[in-house]
Amino acid sequence: MEIRGTGIGQGVAVGPVVRMAEALPEPVDRPSHLDPEHEAERAKASLSVVAAELANRGAKAGGAAKDVLEAQAMMAEDPSLIDEVTKHLATGKTAERAVYEAFATYRDLLAGMGGYMAERATDLDDISQRVIAHLLKLPAPGVPNPGHPFVLVARDLAPADTAMLDLGQVLGLVTVEGGPTSHTAILAREKSIVAVVGAADAASLADGDTVIVDAADDLVIASPTAEQVAEANARIAERAALEAAPVTPGALADGTAVPLLANLGSASGAAEALKLGAEGVGLFRTEFLFLDADTAPSVREQQEHYTRLLTAFAGKKVVARVLDAGADKPLSFLNSAHEENPALGLRGIRALRHSEIILREQLTALAEADAATDAELWVMAPMIATVEETRYFTALAKELGIRVAGVMVETPSAALVADRVLAACDFASIGTNDLTQYTMAADRLLGTVANLQSPWHPAVLRLIADVGAAGAELGKPVGICGEAAADPLLAVVLVGLGATSLSMSPSALADVRASLARYSPDDAKALARAALAAEGAAEAKEAAQAVATEITTARTAAS
Amino acid sequence: MVERTVRIGSTHGLHARPAKLFTQAVAASGSSVTLRKAGGAFVNAASILSVIAQGIDHGDEVTIVVDGGDEHAVLDQLVELLSTDHDE
Repeated sequence: MEIRGTGIGQGVAVGPVVRMAEALPEPVDRPSHLDPEHEAERAKASLSVVAAELANRGAKAGGAAKDVLEAQAMMAEDPSLIDEVTKHLATGKTAERAVYEAFATYRDLLAGMGGYMAERATDLDDISQRVIAHLLKLPAPGVPNPGHPFVLVARDLAPADTAMLDLGQVLGLVTVEGGPTSHTAILAREKSIVAVVGAADAASLADGDTVIVDAADDLVIASPTAEQVAEANARIAERAALEAAPVTPGALADGTAVPLLANLGSASGAAEALKLGAEGVGLFRTEFLFLDADTAPSVREQQEHYTRLLTAFAGKKVVARVLDAGADKPLSFLNSAHEENPALGLRGIRALRHSEIILREQLTALAEADAATDAELWVMAPMIATVEETRYFTALAKELGIRVAGVMVETPSAALVADRVLAACDFASIGTNDLTQYTMAADRLLGTVANLQSPWHPAVLRLIADVGAAGAELGKPVGICGEAAADPLLAVVLVGLGATSLSMSPSALADVRASLARYSPDDAKALARAALAAEGAAEAKEAAQAVATEITTARTAAS
Repeated sequence: MVERTVRIGSTHGLHARPAKLFTQAVAASGSSVTLRKAGGAFVNAASILSVIAQGIDHGDEVTIVVDGGDEHAVLDQLVELLSTDHDE
């Protein structure tokens, strides 16, 4: 059986399902039909079973986890807690209810103390749920720990659950709810876990079922055939080989170079990006230096940080974006006015121009860092809408010592006059997330319009094609920095539309590198033509996929 | 019955690991042990929940009362535990 969802990443996993049990409802407060002594025996038996389980898990875990779990085991058999349970049982309550109330008393006591004690209060909830589950002969709620590798199936994961996951044991994640921006999806992307989210029919999967989690094809296969399992295992081996393969520069099948760059939010991610084969940085976001600040950081502070990043990428290209504040990242010292539509308000270059001193200081710090290091620094401005803004930014950047100055194309207006914008600067980089939001008039943070937020939409692709054509005409680089570049198939389409470099989260580099190597420049153009001619986003993806399959099949047949 | 007052040595007070070590030692001693933070009421020292719920911090004064078993040896051992810094 095939269960549809949204795949995160390109991975495949095969393994037995372990379901995350739902939280138990509060036990009903009704008189027990057993006498208190009998209920006390039940309660004590379950408390000691849970205590033994926790102690056992602690012994297996070792280290700091051992102390925490041992302490929890002691709490389950705590003499004061048992006194409290006995007190409730004497009034004729059931063991479930007495356990629930006794733990709740201590939970409230600790929660009221705040700080470290309040954190322990959630431990008590967890132990309470385990004991009640044991009394009811139900599976324990919370993150399972079966002691073998497994595919976790959950309704959705809360941040606290994901923190408890033993990633060494999780082969894959399947959630019934949640979309591509859910907490689970973010975790999966960050940790490269094979995941399919929003798979509604996964609710029917049972513990022990073998499933194939196929993120690349957005599906989960229940009760797979032996052939399907063999095929999935072959793909897993292929991907492992791919990851182990030496990292080569990004290129198409004929050797045409397509530099693969990393999107970074601070200098600390540099080492990991380089390890994964980043040929430079295509988008260095500088916001983190300014966020949570009441005033802009000094030139010196900025320069130190930029120098650190540029030093890590000596001999390589680093594209820094000047401060992109406003909309979802407001900064009080730049724009404190309330706006009805911040996404359409004083943000990006508009806000910087309004407080030019901040822009001047940042450009000065960047130029000084560039002069002190061997990296090739390019600097670009966010939210450019006009040629006039382009001229303003490049003139100021050059005046302050920036050698290569360009713009981000995130607004349809900039894309529609791309030839004139590019004539006024050195390069363009397309921010596909914002370009999609503004082209489709769909707020990128709003789940209800998520169906309109695909960069595969031919309207978005058309604008990218215009920018690509203008770049080719003028001989100026057109990069892509946005989630779109991380999609291995869309990456080929983007190159076909004229992108000369692709920048993405470092974890996506290997898949995109492998995908590009399968197609020639003409193939990429054919994929792009098919996608551009489609009616909508889903159709564009299907059309590109069909052309891609045709090309790879023909090649396999010929060889 | 013997009792003594001691100052807590653990940097983070009688929480978490130090509380666990202490109540484990109490349970293993076989004696009946109660404990009181200066100004508070006596609680069962074998109960980790009661002990941590006292909110005992580094430098607080705590009185321990040991009843039954090898009272003096148990008291010495528990005082030693409480005055040591287990968070180092």
